[in-house]
Amino acid sequence: MAHFDENAKPFGNKWLDERLGVNTLMKVLNTEYWIPKNINFLWAMGMVLAATFGILVISGIFLMMYYKPDTNLAFDSVNYTIMTEVGYGWLWRHIHGVGASLVFLIIYIHMFTGIYYSSYKQGRELIWLSGMGLFVAFSAEAFSGYMLPWGQMSYWAGMVITELFAGGSLEATGLVEWIRGDYVPGDAYLTRFFMLHVLLIPLVIIGLIVLHFGTLRLPHVNNQDGENFDYDEAAKLYKEGKVKESKVIPFSPVFLSKDVFVMGVYFILFFYLVFYHFNFAMDPVNFDPANGLSTPAHIYPEWYFLWSYEILRPFSKDFGLIAFGIAQAALFFLPFIDRSPNVAPAHKRGLFQIWFWALIVIMIALTALGKLPPTDPLYATLGFIFAVAFLFMGPLLFVITKFEKPLKKGA
Amino acid sequence: MEKERRDFMGIGLGVFTAVGGVGALYAMKRSWDPLPSVKAAGFTEIDLAGAKDNVLTVEKWRGKPIFVLKKSADMKADDRDIVIGKDRFHVTIGLCTHLGCIPAYKKDDKKFMCACHGGEFDVSGNDIKAPAPSPLVIPPFKINGTKLVLGEEGPEYQKMKDAGLTA
Repeated sequence: MAHFDENAKPFGNKWLDERLGVNTLMKVLNTEYWIPKNINFLWAMGMVLAATFGILVISGIFLMMYYKPDTNLAFDSVNYTIMTEVGYGWLWRHIHGVGASLVFLIIYIHMFTGIYYSSYKQGRELIWLSGMGLFVAFSAEAFSGYMLPWGQMSYWAGMVITELFAGGSLEATGLVEWIRGDYVPGDAYLTRFFMLHVLLIPLVIIGLIVLHFGTLRLPHVNNQDGENFDYDEAAKLYKEGKVKESKVIPFSPVFLSKDVFVMGVYFILFFYLVFYHFNFAMDPVNFDPANGLSTPAHIYPEWYFLWSYEILRPFSKDFGLIAFGIAQAALFFLPFIDRSPNVAPAHKRGLFQIWFWALIVIMIALTALGKLPPTDPLYATLGFIFAVAFLFMGPLLFVITKFEKPLKKGA
Repeated sequence: MEKERRDFMGIGLGVFTAVGGVGALYAMKRSWDPLPSVKAAGFTEIDLAGAKDNVLTVEKWRGKPIFVLKKSADMKADDRDIVIGKDRFHVTIGLCTHLGCIPAYKKDDKKFMCACHGGEFDVSGNDIKAPAPSPLVIPPFKINGTKLVLGEEGPEYQKMKDAGLTA
């Protein structure tokens, strides 16, 4: 048995350290977890996401106290009970709706920061893969949550998305009915998606967040120049008090204080939207109760799914499904498609920079087109062109990075 | 000897837990299945006697909309029509075969148009414009005088099914 100091004050630092290793824990997770200095505000997005997830959990807990996962009661429990009767119920709902939308905005910024600075390769592959796992889990969380108010958009989005599992010409209607627990989305469907939304998927998300943090530890956070330096040496300098000469800062309190500043700015925007512009996250069509005998004139997903929806739309059913599947899976393979040895920001990587901005333009164009009705032939044609362009971006990346010249060290 | 004993224990435990795991997965799969009460409610009777030429009525079967359209004399006969006496009826599940939205019937153009992704069907339910991949689905039916029982497979439905016309 380890040595315990009998005179240590109960629940004091020494007492806790001997029983729980709190000082070691503090060092490992905070004061000696080294973050490079050469970073900008985009490196704060991870903690911004963690904070947003926390806010979604808290607002979700309060919504769950009055929400009823029953097709006869769900719509009124949200739109009547929570919105008009529960004290500040509107606040939780608007925080939850706005938070769900903003979490995707920040995820996209976080992802494209990673792509721009090549932070997904040479030891950082698992960071990228676990992050993509989180993106998928958050997508499932957003979709399952969208079912719960049981309005027209909930019902028809549920109908269309579950229909995807029929696999086009495979006609796996049995699988679709199994997922729904009914021939169409009904009571069994709503209740199981409630379970997924409030328990199973959040558990997966929490597990993936832990994994995502774990994958960061050994390869370390990338920096603005993709510089690969000796962390032990830099940490030694910092601990010796040569703070200016060292290339690193501790995660807490130094890096975290910068994060907290960025979070402060972010939450001003967040709560401005919650209090004054929550309507962007509240689709008016979803304020009609679900009706299986009347499709809304125009079905579209929330803005963060529009780009992948637009890849599904312009093609024939089977090819659309294949294209959609490729689009969902393609980003996972990014670390393996990029053949270049360079870990550097895009502006130092020649053609890769053009590829990066082309990807951004294509995804914004697909997002805009996904919101427009499919009946206009001009939009349909543009949608087709951009969807095809997106599919070509993967092979293109392989080719241009294959011929990318290795950068000199320190260039 | 010691190692062999441990290997045996390891394999024994592995097999035992694998059997339990498969059993648990089967139970989970069954729990997600549609309930018997949901499946039993899958039969609906509709009466075609009151249908008027070129007027679409929408019935409900298994939670899905059912299109019932009595064809007028100028509309082309199709093997997918349900014939009762001299009258020809279009009876299909009113969900676009692309991704399950409800197409709207345009009375004057005599076609169905889906607002979700732009698919179109003619008056017999045949797909005439992508992304609609196949004709509107004919539900299982049994003719009973002027009535149809949906969910039950009558001889007329069997004939259509064998000819590959129902979907």
